[in-house]
Amino acid sequence: MLDVDIGLTLGTFRLDASFGMDGPGVMALFGPSGSGKTTTAHAIAGLVRPERGHVTIGGERLFDKSAGIDIAARRRRIGYVFQDARLFPHLSVRRNLLFGWQRAGRPLSGNQIDDVIGLLGLQHLLDRRPGKLSGGEKQRVAIGRALLAAPRLLLLDEPLTALDAPRRDEILRYLERLRDELRLPMVYITHSLDEVARLADNIAVFHQGRVVAHGSIYDILARSDLFPLTGRGEAGAVIPARVVVHRPSEGVTLLDFGGGMITAPLMAAEIGSRVRVRVRARDILLSRVEIADDISANNVLPVVITGLREDADGVEVSLDCGGSALVARVTPHSRERLGLAPGQRVFAIFKTVTIDRREGPAG
Amino acid sequence: MSLLSPAEIEALLLSLKISSVAVACSLPFAIAAAYLLARARFPGKTLVDVFLHLPLILPPVVMGYLLLVTFGTRGPIGAWLLDTFGVRLIFSWQGAALAAGIVTFPFQMRAIRLSLEAIDNGLMVAAETLGAGPLDRFFTLILPLALPGIIAGAITAFAASLGEFGAIITFVSNIPGETRTIPLAIYTAIQTPGGEAAAARLVMLAIILALGGLFLSELAARRLKTVLEG
Repeated sequence: MLDVDIGLTLGTFRLDASFGMDGPGVMALFGPSGSGKTTTAHAIAGLVRPERGHVTIGGERLFDKSAGIDIAARRRRIGYVFQDARLFPHLSVRRNLLFGWQRAGRPLSGNQIDDVIGLLGLQHLLDRRPGKLSGGEKQRVAIGRALLAAPRLLLLDEPLTALDAPRRDEILRYLERLRDELRLPMVYITHSLDEVARLADNIAVFHQGRVVAHGSIYDILARSDLFPLTGRGEAGAVIPARVVVHRPSEGVTLLDFGGGMITAPLMAAEIGSRVRVRVRARDILLSRVEIADDISANNVLPVVITGLREDADGVEVSLDCGGSALVARVTPHSRERLGLAPGQRVFAIFKTVTIDRREGPAG
Repeated sequence: MSLLSPAEIEALLLSLKISSVAVACSLPFAIAAAYLLARARFPGKTLVDVFLHLPLILPPVVMGYLLLVTFGTRGPIGAWLLDTFGVRLIFSWQGAALAAGIVTFPFQMRAIRLSLEAIDNGLMVAAETLGAGPLDRFFTLILPLALPGIIAGAITAFAASLGEFGAIITFVSNIPGETRTIPLAIYTAIQTPGGEAAAARLVMLAIILALGGLFLSELAARRLKTVLEG
């Protein structure tokens, strides 16, 4: 679907980025400011010209240095949503929305346009000027404007950074709907692990102008060697699970995943629907004995230690839990006390999990 | 109109005609020059910038002299115009318009350039990703967004044209009904014994025109600001 391998130098900054993704879905470009994410997005959109490499989307070469292919930005049909929305101030919301649509040869019918406007909740804003919109509304219009040009890929460059927390959640919910209802491939630039875990299927981790790892978020976020880059405090594995039963009287929902059952806070999701569960490394305790009946934590799962990695701040223990990867963070003292070693069977105990994503009915 | 004599009305109408033509003809060049200086990068840009500001810093009489040398019937461009098209700018109202247009050119260019420089280049990048080419972006984004500056520049230049004296009298002389605009008529009236009353009336007229122009310019700028910023 998406295949990027580019290199370029901007002043003293050197970018070498290589990553890809099969099929539709959301690819997160994750990393700190100045790590090359936006430059990579610009190269994909044709706004900067790499010195080497190629950019392929859906089998079509948009850029290929060796073959001399470089399609102009305005012909690439890549929707670009900027951090600062960049709506045209002298045009109404309606004319902003139709700007790209008109220039793309009017690819959507009136009904389809109404669908996008409805999906983003823009009906009541159409006759307003951008200057009168809130930050969240502006960003929704910018997303709609990009979508109406029927792009082959939607690039979102930190679209939530300029927004406050409630607006972020609002936009995230709209983006989840886009992902699930339009099945449009997206590249999502962010430095927030929350956003990655909620939206993305794949992740490319940027560090100092290079992609140090890329792949499924289940694999990448469970790699403890990447924790220094994926954010210590928030780092943790993400696992896919399925809703089994709700127990409202106890305030919990039981989820099934490869490694057993997880007890989560009661949620509003259909039985059988798939959810994405994140367990932060610092929230997991390890125990040599199963003490499920004697502690308040609801989740006690048998796991096998697959690796240990020590750094200045502690020890990250990689765990296999019936095929799903988990990561726990313990002190060097705990490791010695428990004699933790690869291959050892222990129990992972965690009190809470974060539900990041509701993926709809099981497919 | 009993307030003004036929000759004074003639001077008023001539002033309005010459200023209108001067602004209308120099506006496209002012926009082009402002666009180049605001958004393009090329070698010798500073020199071009200084050259285009010459009419603002040179004495108008000097501008009139330079026009005479260039566009006079024996000047390089003037002779060519006469031979090729039979057009004679010297001693004609068209020549007066040329002089007024050139002398007030920097006023327009500066106002337009300021408003062009204020346009966020991010909007252009966004338009590019939405399929808009350079010409498209110029007409759908740059021109409308620069409109307050264009209008302010045009009105300022129009008002300044009404008052142009030195370049006009040097280049096209002071011919009643052809090149005698309000300032030249005032000058003539002052030079004429018993012309004080006529001079005073014309001075009042000049003041009213100037204030009216300023008022219009402010009004247009404010109206546009509300339109552009919603």
